[in-house]
Amino acid sequence: MDLSLLPEILSSTIRMSVPLILACLAGLWSERSGIVDIGLEGKMLVGAFASACAAAYFQSAWMGLLFAIVISVAMSLVHGYASINQRGNQVVSGVAINMLAAGLCVVLGNTWYGEGGRTPALAVTMRFMSIDFPGHDALFAMPVVGAIAKIFLDHSILTYVAFAMVPLSAWALAKTRFGLRLRAVGENPQAVDTAGISVAKLRYQAVIIAGILCGIAGSFLATSLSASFVRDMSAGRGFMALAALIFANWRAWPALFACLLFGFLQAIGNFLQGAHLGSFEIPVQFFNSLPYVMTVVLLAGFIGKSVPPKASGIPYTKDR
Amino acid sequence: MAARGDLPAWVDIGVIPLLNLTIALVVAGLVVVIIGENPFQALSIMLNGALGSLKGWSYMTYYATNFIFTGLAVAVAFHAGLFNIGGEGQAYVAGLGAAMAGLGLEFLPWWLVIPSAIIASAAFGAFWAWVPGYLQAKRGSHIVITTIMFNFIALSLMSYLINHVFRPLGKMSVESRAIDAGYIPSFRELGRMIGITAPNTPLNPVIFLALMSAFGVWYLLWRTKLGYEIRTVGANMDAAVYAGIRPQRIIMITMAISGGLAGLLAANEVLSAQHRLVLEYVQGAGFVGIAVALMGRNHPFGIILAAMLFGMLYQGGTELSFERPLISRDMIVVIQGLVILFMGALEQAFRPALLRYFARAGD
Repeated sequence: MDLSLLPEILSSTIRMSVPLILACLAGLWSERSGIVDIGLEGKMLVGAFASACAAAYFQSAWMGLLFAIVISVAMSLVHGYASINQRGNQVVSGVAINMLAAGLCVVLGNTWYGEGGRTPALAVTMRFMSIDFPGHDALFAMPVVGAIAKIFLDHSILTYVAFAMVPLSAWALAKTRFGLRLRAVGENPQAVDTAGISVAKLRYQAVIIAGILCGIAGSFLATSLSASFVRDMSAGRGFMALAALIFANWRAWPALFACLLFGFLQAIGNFLQGAHLGSFEIPVQFFNSLPYVMTVVLLAGFIGKSVPPKASGIPYTKDR
Repeated sequence: MAARGDLPAWVDIGVIPLLNLTIALVVAGLVVVIIGENPFQALSIMLNGALGSLKGWSYMTYYATNFIFTGLAVAVAFHAGLFNIGGEGQAYVAGLGAAMAGLGLEFLPWWLVIPSAIIASAAFGAFWAWVPGYLQAKRGSHIVITTIMFNFIALSLMSYLINHVFRPLGKMSVESRAIDAGYIPSFRELGRMIGITAPNTPLNPVIFLALMSAFGVWYLLWRTKLGYEIRTVGANMDAAVYAGIRPQRIIMITMAISGGLAGLLAANEVLSAQHRLVLEYVQGAGFVGIAVALMGRNHPFGIILAAMLFGMLYQGGTELSFERPLISRDMIVVIQGLVILFMGALEQAFRPALLRYFARAGD
């Protein structure tokens, strides 16, 4: 293995973990309130599509971000309506959201731009590029320090937003009244209801937060990581985030590390195509499947134990 | 909220699903309007493309063959209270069994190779579902999550195996060499042998296997002790334990049956239509199975009808995308999503209104 690749792999790790962190926190908020969210993938996808379209139309990455959030929240409200008001099966609803998203993005994209779902390529000015702080060229040119600085500082604003969301979510869920109530609703909705607090309202708030975070993740995919939307561009990241959430045992800080680990595996997979271990070629598929294998092993209780919020996935009925 | 089951049976089985399906199709029609096409015209092109010719019917039935298998897979698991989202991965891994038997047993006559390859397909699919079943039963891992993870693991595993093991040296396209000894000829090829001209489609005798499987599932669930146990576990786990049923055992068996059914899709695709193991040949049929099972109300007869409907959507949708290039073939995926949303997650949306209507009508 070539050590000179290391700074690039680490920088890429940070980049790859951004959508995972955002989606994972989205899942955290939703599931902590008792709403299982299989639809992270779909919401991220519509977010990516909406941001690519809006960024191209308004010539602005920020408009892209705004539309991504609005459309993603709209999708989570559908999920919320099905899960909270209709007490429908939350997994079924999530599967539906994923399919709707995968289909709608390509159908609309094909109609509007006629390229099989691909949206127009975005110019640099319509994307979230690495932050252009003064003196960064000089800093990155320095030996050693420059290389290390480049790992952490050569990123777009959305990357820092994603990382800032971790302490924010951890704090909000652990220390604020809203967060404590929200967690209570995910563990024992009856108790919260008895205290005169609306279960439905809290769960809707959680679902909306999840929508916002997925929207940001989608916008990152289409306007920062790449320069357009292409079909299925979320590429299973929503499910990987779900895996990370389980890995982190539904807590914010461990979620960060799980996402960084999975991001690292993705980065390695991209950089080490055809790498050798002795005479054995490590297949790229090995790195691709590792997060899922690790999650299955964890879920099976072979390394630690992962316990979901008690009421997650169970619709709340008052009259019981 | 009023108690369930207050509606007449015909409303429950007939009106509610029909209402939900109608809403799903109306919303799909709205999407067609949004992209600037006439939904009625689109519908007539679709119907004509699927039902207007023998070829259309034949294609529709070929697609339906896959959906019957995956729909049954989802339904069997549902009856035990398990949501198997892993049909996609199970069907994909089953291709490994089909290809191993089909290519490895070439020295045997076809009438031995074909049954072995079909059994191998089912066995590999069954294994890929049994593991999540085992993890659910013995280790308490949630079946939904594990089957999702297994879909992705299957994706990586199969991509590696097809690329590095099955692809002949020097071949560019990512697929195995042709399966000859275990090949199941299409009806067109069979017809040619006896001088009958059948339409040029991949439809093949595996459709009979699909219909037999549907009958088998019905028989299993409603006419055998095991089926009774499966349904009891699904209806009430505590009651099942009290009745002396071992839920852990039932969960593992049910998942294996479910995966085996999904695995039979490989017989239709790998052994016949594709003629070889192709990268990602399942193409979402595993997920269509969820929509089919929901629409067919988890009953084998309903599943056959729903599978034909989705076969029609697939065939009609393909024709539609040829005639109206503005409407992408992915419109089918949108309809699938809407069907799952309205017939699954929002299933009870109209119940309160109907309850009120019938309560008033009864006074």
